[in-house]
Amino acid sequence: MKSYFVRFALIAAVAGCTQAKPAEPPKPDASKDSAAQTGPGGISRPNADPFPSTYVQRAAAPLVIRNVNIMTAAGPTIRNGAVSIAHGKIVAVGATVDVPAGATVIDGGGKYVTPGIIDTHSHLGVYAAPGGGALSDGNEATNPVTAHVWAEHSVWPQDPQFPRNLAGGVTTLQVLPGSANLIGGRSVVLKVVPARTVQGMKFPGAKYGLKMACGENPKRVYASRGPSTRMGNVAGYRAAWIQAETYRRKWDKWNKDHKGDPPSRDLGQETLAEVLRGNILVHNHCYRADEMAQMIDISKEFGYRIRAFHHGVEAYKVADILAKEGIGGSLWADWGSFKMEAIDAIRGNVALTSNAGARVAVHSDDPSGSQRLNQEAAKAMAAGNAVGIPVTEDMAIKWITINPAWQLGLDDKIGSIEPGKDADLILWSGNPFSVYSKPEKVWIDGSMYYDRLDSREQWRTDFELGFVTRPQEMNR
Amino acid sequence: MINTLNRKFNVALAGLALLATAASAQTIAITGGKVYPVSGSPIENGTVIIVDGKISAVGAGIPVPAGAQQIDATGKWVTPGLINSSTQLGLVEIGQVADTRSASAKGKDFIAAAFPAWEGLNTMSVMIAPARRDGVTNVVILPTGGQLVSGQAAILTLVDGMPTDMVLKTPVAMVAQVQDPGNAGTGARGELLVRLRELIEDTRAFMRNRAAYERAETRDYIASRLDLEAMIPVVQGKLQLLVNADKATDIDAALRVAKEEGLKIIIGGGAEAWMVADKLAAARVPVLTGAMNNIPGSFQTLATAQENAALLRKAGVQVLIIGNAGGGDEEAFNVRNIKQEAGNAVAYGMSWNDALRAVTLTPAEVFGVADRVGSLQPGRDGNVVVWSGDPFEFTSIAEHVYVRGREYLAPDRQQLLTERYKKFPVPQNIPTISR
Repeated sequence: MKSYFVRFALIAAVAGCTQAKPAEPPKPDASKDSAAQTGPGGISRPNADPFPSTYVQRAAAPLVIRNVNIMTAAGPTIRNGAVSIAHGKIVAVGATVDVPAGATVIDGGGKYVTPGIIDTHSHLGVYAAPGGGALSDGNEATNPVTAHVWAEHSVWPQDPQFPRNLAGGVTTLQVLPGSANLIGGRSVVLKVVPARTVQGMKFPGAKYGLKMACGENPKRVYASRGPSTRMGNVAGYRAAWIQAETYRRKWDKWNKDHKGDPPSRDLGQETLAEVLRGNILVHNHCYRADEMAQMIDISKEFGYRIRAFHHGVEAYKVADILAKEGIGGSLWADWGSFKMEAIDAIRGNVALTSNAGARVAVHSDDPSGSQRLNQEAAKAMAAGNAVGIPVTEDMAIKWITINPAWQLGLDDKIGSIEPGKDADLILWSGNPFSVYSKPEKVWIDGSMYYDRLDSREQWRTDFELGFVTRPQEMNR
Repeated sequence: MINTLNRKFNVALAGLALLATAASAQTIAITGGKVYPVSGSPIENGTVIIVDGKISAVGAGIPVPAGAQQIDATGKWVTPGLINSSTQLGLVEIGQVADTRSASAKGKDFIAAAFPAWEGLNTMSVMIAPARRDGVTNVVILPTGGQLVSGQAAILTLVDGMPTDMVLKTPVAMVAQVQDPGNAGTGARGELLVRLRELIEDTRAFMRNRAAYERAETRDYIASRLDLEAMIPVVQGKLQLLVNADKATDIDAALRVAKEEGLKIIIGGGAEAWMVADKLAAARVPVLTGAMNNIPGSFQTLATAQENAALLRKAGVQVLIIGNAGGGDEEAFNVRNIKQEAGNAVAYGMSWNDALRAVTLTPAEVFGVADRVGSLQPGRDGNVVVWSGDPFEFTSIAEHVYVRGREYLAPDRQQLLTERYKKFPVPQNIPTISR
């Protein structure tokens, strides 16, 4: 609890500094790379976290959910078990758990509990509802390389799609820039919670991602100025990394010896240099198998790693390579054919790629699909079984929980129901792989953020007030 | 169901006479399953007999005709083939490849009433087989384009063949919209409605003054000769106008115009239709709507609710469930996901039987082909699906799909790709990337 007050104090200081004298810069932390420190003056030296998370974990009484089937994503489903949470963390899970004094006890009535769902590929907030040009903030389509933009600066926290995602059980999502550009900018990992600012939604300590895109989108968007071909795309990535490598060397040297003035800053190069240092994870939109193989070669040429290919409708063709290289796949259950590079989509993609040993997540790239990732995973599971790749529910639940957590670099915190992990949980009305099941209650860090049965526990954004009428509000 | 026995033989005889030369003449008996005729109550341990492509008998305790191919459906669910009422199957193959698109007409001044969407049907579409494999046996193909009037729709049966083989009925609707003034060549909703009324008025004037029109002795009309011609059955109330409208006030406007002009209409989209459910029910206007929409994605759809389909049904409106939540190419590649939509309708308040009806018999009725498809009754086309379980559940598989009594077993493109890459290392004859 102490850390809340420290964080509050910092917020107050930052808020105040816009009017009064500058706040004291934080003390350097010797254990960290000096590039991560805020320099006095702040403009000549990079700051690894200039828009820090202000998310505050809500206080909540200890909770035990008993008489439930628990899909832990860390082992076999625990039938008729119980899970106990306190101080925002999972304390125990098993056939039975101790009930701490003062704990709220929920009888799950034979329903299901899973970890909160994690979507690796969302544009919520950057393409906010109700849409239109004014809220179209996802693609800085003014240059094929825009490593300098950060998705969080486009996120509208009042996007009414956020509460719908939460009602669908999504507790963590990665918001990415769009795929118009070869390098589209930084992603941001958010908790799906109400907040006045995007900082209030940012997942504390989550690494940034870098959005890259292969194939048709960049070459279509930049057809008149280039790149207009796939070879132009590849030349574009390589040119960017060549520059970034020079920049990284210059800054790493200065950070080591502090000789002379610091090199001049470049926001785009800063981001790319952080990728080369391994501090930002690469999320690469790429459909075709042959292009994925080329992107892997580029990553080796410049010494960075691709964390996950996104969409990857042909991942099944190179699943062995993805497995060997330790690259994840954020895949759709059944999207395909809407463009040339998607024509080889098969419904077994998720299962086949997973079966070959690659870490697969079922992702959405869609505000509607994101609300029903359990259904998407169910389709992918059924498709695997239909083509003779046996997929159990215990495997399929990982596609929307622990595997996406790994792709975001957060598998030590979220994505499974194990003692010590963040208490992001869903109580489902039934088996989550049934079309008829819905999240009934959703907890984030041990605090209930959604209750289907109690409209007072249903987040409504500012936008929705007055504009959006719900059936229960109509006098009929 | 007993009297169907006699009828069965009559139908069988008639069928034999008609199809005397057909090589595929055969009898199929699906036995032991839980049969959902949709037109009547479910039948435990029921039998469905298909003779020469037509259903000849449905019921319990029906003897299996000698020589019939018998399908044991014990523990299975047997339903009519599903109907997806809003697709571009065979009209759009690859969305972003222009020369595979044939769903939008240019028209003249935002009117393309004469456009027969089915004439450009690509019956070789690789999307057809996967849709059929998942239990969809009929689809309505709608022209897109979104103009004031964008053309005429047809209903297809997913058999192999040419457009003449696949088309079940044309036209089944004229497609129009009252929600996008810009795409009607107007600047405001009220102006759009004036233009729609003008089109109706001019169609009537054209009908009255045909001879004068041919002599070029009439005033100018708003639409071309062929578009006016195509609008005649619409203004006569013989061909229904499928009016795309999401906003409740736009739906209300459509109802007003329909009443004043004597049109027969259907509402397409209908995101906010639940707000005017009683009016729709009173006017007996059916609604095509999805069951997975809940995002106020535009100012026309602010009150989108996932309970929409169920609330409409509750008010007595005929509901046709379609896939229109966006994403995933639900109009062609994922036409098969209509069962997921139906399942979600149930999850949000519709009865299971109504949901099945909304993807079978209701569309057949609304599009005027209930005598052919949409239910399991003697005399109907042999469009029958044997499911391993509840058809709306993801784990259920369409184990047998009959379309006019034929089961299509050839692997589709997706299955061929799957077989090729199912096991690693991939076989030698497949180009691989060695590393």
